[in-house]
Amino acid sequence: MNASPSMNNAILEVEHLSMKFGGLVAIGDLSFQAKRGEITALIGPNGAGKTTVFNCITGFYKPSEGMLTLNRRDGSSYLLERLPNHEIPARAKVARTFQNIRLFSGMTLLENLLVAQHNKLMKASGYTILGLFGYSGYRTASAESIDLARHWLEKANLVDRADDPAGDLPYGAQRRLEIARAMCTGPELLCLDEPAAGLNPKESMALNALLMDIKDNTGTSILLIEHDMAVVMQISDHVVVLEYGRKISDGSPQAVRTDPRVIAAYLGVEDEDVETVLTEVGDEDVIEQLDTGPDAAHGPGTSSSYLAGPVTDTVGHSEGERVTVSKGASKAGQVDARSSAAASKAASPAKARPTAKPSAAKSSAAEPATKAPVKPKTPGVSNRRGGRK
Amino acid sequence: MAVTVSPERDIVANPIQRAIREALYAGAIVLGLFVLFIGLKTDQNISNELILVQRWGLLAVLMIATMVGRFLYVAYGQPFLAKQKIADVATGLLPASVATRFFRLPYFIAAIAIVAVLVLLAGSLDGLLGPALAGYARFVRALAIIYALAWVIYYFRAFILAHFSGLGITALALYPIVVVLVLALYTGSMVGGFQGSLKWVDNFGIQILIYVMLAWGLNIVVGLAGLLDLGYVAFYAVGAYAYALLGTHFGLSFWILLPAAGAMAAFWGVMLGFPVLRLRGDYLAIVTLAFGEIIRLVIINWREVTNGSAGISGIPKVSFFGLISFNVSDPNYISKVLGIAQSGAYYKIFLYYLILGLCLLTAFVTIRLRRMPVGRAWEALREDEIACRSLGINTTTTKLTAFATGAMFGGFAGSFFAARQGFVSPESFIFLESAIILAIVVLGGMGSLVGIAVAAMVMIGGTEALRELDFLKQVFGPDFTPELYRMLLFGIAMVIVMVWKPRGFVGSREPTAFLKIRRAVSGSFTKEGHG
Repeated sequence: MNASPSMNNAILEVEHLSMKFGGLVAIGDLSFQAKRGEITALIGPNGAGKTTVFNCITGFYKPSEGMLTLNRRDGSSYLLERLPNHEIPARAKVARTFQNIRLFSGMTLLENLLVAQHNKLMKASGYTILGLFGYSGYRTASAESIDLARHWLEKANLVDRADDPAGDLPYGAQRRLEIARAMCTGPELLCLDEPAAGLNPKESMALNALLMDIKDNTGTSILLIEHDMAVVMQISDHVVVLEYGRKISDGSPQAVRTDPRVIAAYLGVEDEDVETVLTEVGDEDVIEQLDTGPDAAHGPGTSSSYLAGPVTDTVGHSEGERVTVSKGASKAGQVDARSSAAASKAASPAKARPTAKPSAAKSSAAEPATKAPVKPKTPGVSNRRGGRK
Repeated sequence: MAVTVSPERDIVANPIQRAIREALYAGAIVLGLFVLFIGLKTDQNISNELILVQRWGLLAVLMIATMVGRFLYVAYGQPFLAKQKIADVATGLLPASVATRFFRLPYFIAAIAIVAVLVLLAGSLDGLLGPALAGYARFVRALAIIYALAWVIYYFRAFILAHFSGLGITALALYPIVVVLVLALYTGSMVGGFQGSLKWVDNFGIQILIYVMLAWGLNIVVGLAGLLDLGYVAFYAVGAYAYALLGTHFGLSFWILLPAAGAMAAFWGVMLGFPVLRLRGDYLAIVTLAFGEIIRLVIINWREVTNGSAGISGIPKVSFFGLISFNVSDPNYISKVLGIAQSGAYYKIFLYYLILGLCLLTAFVTIRLRRMPVGRAWEALREDEIACRSLGINTTTTKLTAFATGAMFGGFAGSFFAARQGFVSPESFIFLESAIILAIVVLGGMGSLVGIAVAAMVMIGGTEALRELDFLKQVFGPDFTPELYRMLLFGIAMVIVMVWKPRGFVGSREPTAFLKIRRAVSGSFTKEGHG
């Protein structure tokens, strides 16, 4: 545990996290930090492995490699990859929501929030036994839990519907309820998986307000996955960008927004736009090279089509064989390669990355941010299926 | 290009035409279905040869009955029901409903009169009408009593629904007393009343209440936690054998062995739970089914301990906390203590109140647990297990507590069963019992105590009532035994209820906490669980 006191302003430290499903690398060597009291956004195109990162943090997956350290406010640290699933919310105080809402639809809103306070109430009821005989301590705890639930229902603007079944709520309200339910566990880190998905602009605004309120008034740090750039740019203090399981950028929203790798990778750059980006970066040679088309031996690289590579190659690889992104599938990698190629042409031929020649630049494009070796005999492997939802 | 609708396909045809057509279809279907079932029958002739008996007449009767029924329904029933939905233009009121037409005061008075006359003539019916007609007369009397009761229930339905639990418990508490008093009046002596009450208290009262208790116990596992358990009878068997063995070998009292049997069944619940909790849905159901069979086979084959299929007899009776015994030879036998006439009915009535008490305990604990964190966690587990884990609920222990609690009540019911029968054998713990208990839970509405109690009353009471339909022997011949058809009745009832109310009698669920008003949650939102 390398949680030195000076680093304790980071609530969550993700170090060299890798997650492999068979031969498929969903996350490769990811490291980032989420600071206490901040909203950290995790963004990236579909299938980039964001939800897999969440599932690793909240214990639904056991990471293949890496360390996830959670530093609680009281100074204790937990290695999340070693805790059983249910102890992560209970002991490390990490709460989460789900991309596809998972409410207890047949229970009322109030009951949903009471279930979230299960561990606290179990202790108060003497693990059911005292409570069964009407122990007064349980009754007070029960009343307090209802007060807490009411508090969060008010925050989520749902108190009028407290006695309705959760399945009866409209979509936006269900999202808010899921956040309120997560908050009822008293978390120090709240992980939100696409909280604004499917919300209209007005609901999105209300969500922003709720998240800001949580951040300001409870001191809970927030880690969120989001596609809605309006939400991300408005509320997050720190943004981590993933593409194909690798971190391609990390910084303040402004810094990330102007990062050409992010522009290429996340903001849905088409093949034509890649050229635009490259032109902006400013290299004629690379553009020329782009026009020559992909290396035939390594599959149809420049196409972003799902049908481009033989998808079946993502399964059935023998143990130890590292499967990586198809040549040129990573657009951030493209930008990377081209800009470094440009740099190498302009300055010294052997600088920064081993991409002295334009032809070498192309092969390094397949390997954006990992030290893992690329097996040349696995051409055109796409890991689009790698990002688990 | 001519778009002509053929007259056969014209939906808006005149009802009579449509009725004739549909009656013919129905007749054809009946013919196709029953030509082999009913039209032909295999039998043995005098020299033990297999012969085919042709029963075309019976088949024709069935076909004609079906066709007439279909014709009447389509020609008159459907238009009538359609008209029921059309409000009167002048008054804006809907027409009198079928129920209000059916339950009219004059009819009620007529039913009461019929009952009164037939009850007064009860002793002399056979002499007046002959045995055949007397059977029908008794049937008419039963129908009249049912009609009168239904009439009362219909007109007081709002009150009954509002106070269902209270009324139900009061009725159950008074049931043996009422039975004894009615029968005492009927026969003219208290002894006769007690003697006649045996059947009503034992076959109906105790039998139904055992199933109510078993179904309420299983409801914790299936209805609340959403874990499909097809081997529940195993815990019933564990409880029964625990009492039977410890009671006969060590002479321990029922009041010590009741909790012991519950604890033992709970222990086996946990034993079963540990390995199978990673399974879900169908897989869990199959493993629990196998567990039920394993327990039964162990009981059959472990002869040194369980006496195999011969079973254990001479299981001691329950005493009233050791103060009053129900063994005639004991010095503290009830009739000696209280100075009343000897009768076997006292023990049955005592057992009735004992099982009623156990049922109420089950209900109380279930209601209490539902409002506790563990009960809410069970229901949350049924709704969404992954969300539970994301909230820090230990799903393994939660499932285990559900299994253990359900098994414990199964064990209580089992030890009561052993005490009541005085004899246990593996035949009482077959898979069919598990299936019946599960059917009651599903029929009643998973999670609802009231619905399950009603379902147990209908299903178990209904099958017991079949034994009372002696007059059917006069219709179908003396070798007709209506109780053999109880599984058919069970099946038909299940199909009807599942079509009419897919979520069981009580499909909604009561919330366990509320801020402003307690509103039942519609069954369309609750989930059945996935194992």
